[in-house]
Amino acid sequence: MIRATMLLALVALALASILVGVGDLGGAQAQNILLTSRIPRTITVMLTGTSLAIAGVLMQMLARNRFVEPSTTGTTESAMLGLFIVTVFFPGFSMMSKMLVASVFALAGTFIFITLIHRLPLRSPVMVPLVGIMFGGIVGSGVMFFAYRLDLVQSLGIWMNGDFSAVLKGRYELIWLVAVLCGLAYWLADRFTVVGMGRDFASNLGLNYKWVMAAGFSLVSMIAAVTLVIAGVVPFLGLIVPNIVSRMRGDNLRLSMPWVALLGALFVLACDVIARLLRYPYEIPIATVVGVIGSVLFIYLLLNPPRKKGVRA
Amino acid sequence: MSYPINRLMLACLLAIAGAVAFLAMNRVVGWSLTWQFRSDKLLTMLVVAPCIAMSTVAFQTITFNRILTPSVMGFDALYMLLQALVVALLGSVALSDMNPYLKWAGEILLMVAMVTLLFRWLFGGKRRDLFLMILIGIIFGILFRSATDLIMRILDPVEYAAVLDASFASFNQVNKDLLLASMVICIVPMLALWRWRHRFDAMLLGRDQAINLGVDYNRQVTKTLICIAILVAVPTALVGPITFFGLLVANLAYQFSGTHKHAYVMPMAVAISVTFLVGGQAVLEHVFNYGSALAIIIEFLGGLVFILLILQRGKR
Amino acid sequence: MIECCDLTLSYDQQPVLKQITLTLGKPGITALIGPNGAGKSTLLSAIARLVKPDSGTVLLDGEPVVGNQTLAKHLAILRQDNHMEARLSVYDLVCFGRYPHSGGRLTDEDLQKVAQAIDYLDLQPLQDRYLDELSGGQRQRAFIAMILAQDTEYILLDEPLNNLDMKHAVSIMKLMQQAARDMHKKIIIVLHDINFASVYADQIIAMKDGQVAYQGTPEEMITEPVMLDLYDLPMQIQQINDKPIAVYHL
Repeated sequence: MIRATMLLALVALALASILVGVGDLGGAQAQNILLTSRIPRTITVMLTGTSLAIAGVLMQMLARNRFVEPSTTGTTESAMLGLFIVTVFFPGFSMMSKMLVASVFALAGTFIFITLIHRLPLRSPVMVPLVGIMFGGIVGSGVMFFAYRLDLVQSLGIWMNGDFSAVLKGRYELIWLVAVLCGLAYWLADRFTVVGMGRDFASNLGLNYKWVMAAGFSLVSMIAAVTLVIAGVVPFLGLIVPNIVSRMRGDNLRLSMPWVALLGALFVLACDVIARLLRYPYEIPIATVVGVIGSVLFIYLLLNPPRKKGVRA
Repeated sequence: MSYPINRLMLACLLAIAGAVAFLAMNRVVGWSLTWQFRSDKLLTMLVVAPCIAMSTVAFQTITFNRILTPSVMGFDALYMLLQALVVALLGSVALSDMNPYLKWAGEILLMVAMVTLLFRWLFGGKRRDLFLMILIGIIFGILFRSATDLIMRILDPVEYAAVLDASFASFNQVNKDLLLASMVICIVPMLALWRWRHRFDAMLLGRDQAINLGVDYNRQVTKTLICIAILVAVPTALVGPITFFGLLVANLAYQFSGTHKHAYVMPMAVAISVTFLVGGQAVLEHVFNYGSALAIIIEFLGGLVFILLILQRGKR
Repeated sequence: MIECCDLTLSYDQQPVLKQITLTLGKPGITALIGPNGAGKSTLLSAIARLVKPDSGTVLLDGEPVVGNQTLAKHLAILRQDNHMEARLSVYDLVCFGRYPHSGGRLTDEDLQKVAQAIDYLDLQPLQDRYLDELSGGQRQRAFIAMILAQDTEYILLDEPLNNLDMKHAVSIMKLMQQAARDMHKKIIIVLHDINFASVYADQIIAMKDGQVAYQGTPEEMITEPVMLDLYDLPMQIQQINDKPIAVYHL
């Protein structure tokens, strides 16, 4: 029942997203506008939402912490560093190669983060995102410094602020890659669930812990890199959606992942429509809208931890 | 070297050396002309540095920790948000007719009210995990920054530009009108914090012990917060937000003064703050020629210190 | 005299103190006993204005404790966990006891009182050590030295024996007894171990469910029917050295 309502809402929002815009859809240009701008944009928005939400839920399973997602683990900033380096030194590279370099950096950054949190005496689960955000901040200010020296602060600003207004036919097709990555994630869902229960538990069930971890983090890094190249940073999405789903549906990935995917798409689509309508005909970067809504929800989640049944707080 | 007073004197000497270096390095014209060129920037830094140092030390004392600072909690971002809100609600036309001091005073009052409310809401209720409070503070900072951005983008492009000017930490463009007023307005809260130095010592023992020793705890926290709010608003209005500077300065001050006594820690923090800001700017501007990179470098170093502090704190 | 009039307090709609009316603070040691959750620590905190009651007042020698600016010169409280961020030496901590008298600028008289308190608890060898380097018992002694340096007529201690081994627990109780006798202090201690109360206290107040259930001398209080009612646990009371000792471990 809820799922049907959500699907309906998704379709309605997708239609709204296609209809909202400056160009007049009644004119002769209608077909052109639809095919080169509106439909690619709506697809990109939905896939970004879905994939970032799935990247979030994957990371939360693998790091065994509810508050991680690419933007709270330094993964996004590391991808940005890669993107920055490749843009500065190899401006001729294709979008695909840029994305690959960014993925490698994202993976390296994630690896450093994981090493860092292994050194943490885990007194409090919120230390993990805290260290991650700071690590991301350090990588980010490093990028900022070089951007400042090379006079590239402006283009950096474009990546840092997620924005779908530049999505056009011919420049967005790479986003289909995340659909493949999400499919892979779903296919491996059971393994990730088992790994989420811990190394001993996974080994006991005969799973190769290291390989599953590596596969999971590679998926996350690639999703972070692709969405960064196409849309820019969209913060907190991968944190909020899985936490809401987990409160509703529990943590079995095979069952919860479709929900996460659906809600992720719905959330970003809604934010995108808001971003386009707030100051029509101008557009507000979606990162700003998500930043406001997302941080409010994040604070709510932090202050209201899920109640354990039968235990009084 | 081992006496706190000697260390404090050394830090003060370093601060003065920094200021002299800033004035004297690469001087090509006469002293009076150099003073004309450089004095605004120097005076600005001499206002900003003590404000950040004092407000951070006081904030850490009333929150019983050395990781949270007013800027990490997003207080300076909150001030930016309030500025944007004022522009959004009144419109830049109405504001340009308004006395700038009046506008500024209004913003600071609003800031005091908001900071007190936010603090009471977060720290007033049941005791929460310190790390949770830090994370919430950081997310509040992100919220305030995003909300500021949102409001600015909803505004007209002209008004947008007016607000945007203020949103980057820079010591190069200084608002001269505000400088003098800032100096005047900072003095009162700074003197107040200095007067309460012994009370702050007692507050290090925790709320219960402070009350036992006769500190009127709740009133003292409120009064301190009001001072902190002003001391955050002033530098933010002058140069924009610098998130990690206070964290850096306060922790170095605890390290170097080798005592918990606020009578030493507070002036030590001020001296270190001036040394870093003025000395750092002198070196960057006159040696490396990167005048406006100081804020970025401070963020970088501050972030590192922050992680180290968390790791160290977690081990205990 | 400390007079509690009609004290009522709840946490999250859970009543902790129910209309307590009580006079306490006779010279010597008064022990507050009772099962977990009886409201002993909360009562102590309310008396020392650390928590604000929902209704009712506490008077110290006829004056309300809330808003009393000089209360810290007359009444001192030590609670259970005394965690702090700052690294303080034992000497620094004991100096804080003089804050109510001198506001942080220590006079010669203050320094003398600090030295006396350190002597009294045999802390000279430790006085330059940092608190976080000490064992639980040593740290507890340091805090008690601070409270003694505060030089108040009334001293409230909330389970000062927690986390102490038997030897240190006994030495702290002996010290308090001695302080009560030597310096005419009025000491109120929350105790878990009823036998410590029996041996060292001059009077005992027993709380249950947010109310005062019994009060009296150890001889009147440590009896089988009272203990059974209070703790819901049958005990055998035996006289050892003229003191009633409860045996409930069997």
